[in-house]
Amino acid sequence: MSVPGETWFDEAAGPLVRPYAVTRGRTRAAVPHLELITLVVAVQPEVHGAAVEPECAHILRVCALPRSVAEVAARVDLPLCVVKVLISDLIERKYMIFRAGPPPATPPDLTMLQKVLDGIRKL
Amino acid sequence: MASGNSDGQFPNRTGDAEYGNAPGRSGTGAAVRARPVLEALPVKVLIAGGFGAGKTTLVGSVSEIVPLRTEELLTEVGAAVDDVTGVERKTTTTVALDFGRITIAADLILYLFGTPGQERFWFMWDELAQGALGALVLADTRRLGSCFPSVDFFERRRIPFVIGVNCFDGVQPYPVEAVRQALDVDGEVPVLLCDARDRESVKFLLIALVEHIMATLRVADTAPTG
Ligand SMILES: Nc1nc2c(ncn2[C@@H]2O[C@H](COP(=O)(O)OP(=O)(O)O)[C@@H](O)[C@H]2O)c(=O)[nH]1
Ligand SMILES: [Mg+2]
Repeated sequence: MSVPGETWFDEAAGPLVRPYAVTRGRTRAAVPHLELITLVVAVQPEVHGAAVEPECAHILRVCALPRSVAEVAARVDLPLCVVKVLISDLIERKYMIFRAGPPPATPPDLTMLQKVLDGIRKL
Repeated sequence: MASGNSDGQFPNRTGDAEYGNAPGRSGTGAAVRARPVLEALPVKVLIAGGFGAGKTTLVGSVSEIVPLRTEELLTEVGAAVDDVTGVERKTTTTVALDFGRITIAADLILYLFGTPGQERFWFMWDELAQGALGALVLADTRRLGSCFPSVDFFERRRIPFVIGVNCFDGVQPYPVEAVRQALDVDGEVPVLLCDARDRESVKFLLIALVEHIMATLRVADTAPTG
């Protein structure tokens, strides 16, 4: 698979960019809305895990339950930007689905805030 | 966009209309049950303050999971592009983020993100601030100045925030009003004493923050426009 603008990991560039080796040099996720708190969950991880690279299989296993992108990165111990690229691939292959947080430009909704308030009070 | 809703819209910004907010698993048979459901909306608040102000401690006091740490790479791309291969040269530094989680309800999850202490990581603050409901700024009165950049940032971004004055040596030598004056924040911004190690104290701060966010919204709602 080759996409215009996609660069491959270059040995000569040295160990500083080593994490990008697992994304084959890509530093940007194709799927938008992948933010720190975007929730993702694997679709049949036991089936699709066998069809992907080990890092992606690890992500699918971790996402047998819904997790935020940040949680996935922490649990598979890869940098966020790398994990976003891999998750993006998995979403495009329909091995994962996602749900983003509220759109950033709109003010938060009062009903939701009241729910947060009640939830914290009950902790 | 490979996996958007069929109408190309993102009303809930879910990855797949078919799965995203399916009303339940009451469908027909195993094929339907194999589909996961994402019923929760994720939201976040930020925990800011200088180095050692108690951010990670605070997150740990209320999080339902042991605070997790994730790293982001600060990649300076394109400073030089290799003539022969066209490959951009990159230099990277890492910045660590600590965060915790509170499941408010089956359909609502609150994440708490500690902001990186150093200003050279402003790029990370932009991503953190995107869509944040609000922020808690921890003020350490032993070095009050270390929270100035956070206060400036949230004021400029119009992100509602509350100041938590951390009582480090058991006693707080400064009255909250003195801290408010020193920080020069608006009168509506709550300034409260707290102990980041104490769950009830942190809950109190979070409650004050959400109430402040709601009050800010109501004011914005009734304010004359234009
Ligand atoms: N006395 C006191 N100590 C605290 C409080 N909050 C944090 N600490 C301590 O201060 C140190 C730094 O806290 P930490 O959460 O790592 O700060 P961070 O750099 O802002 O994440 C730790 O040793 C904490 O135990 C507090 O409210 N009171
Ligand atoms: Mg910390």
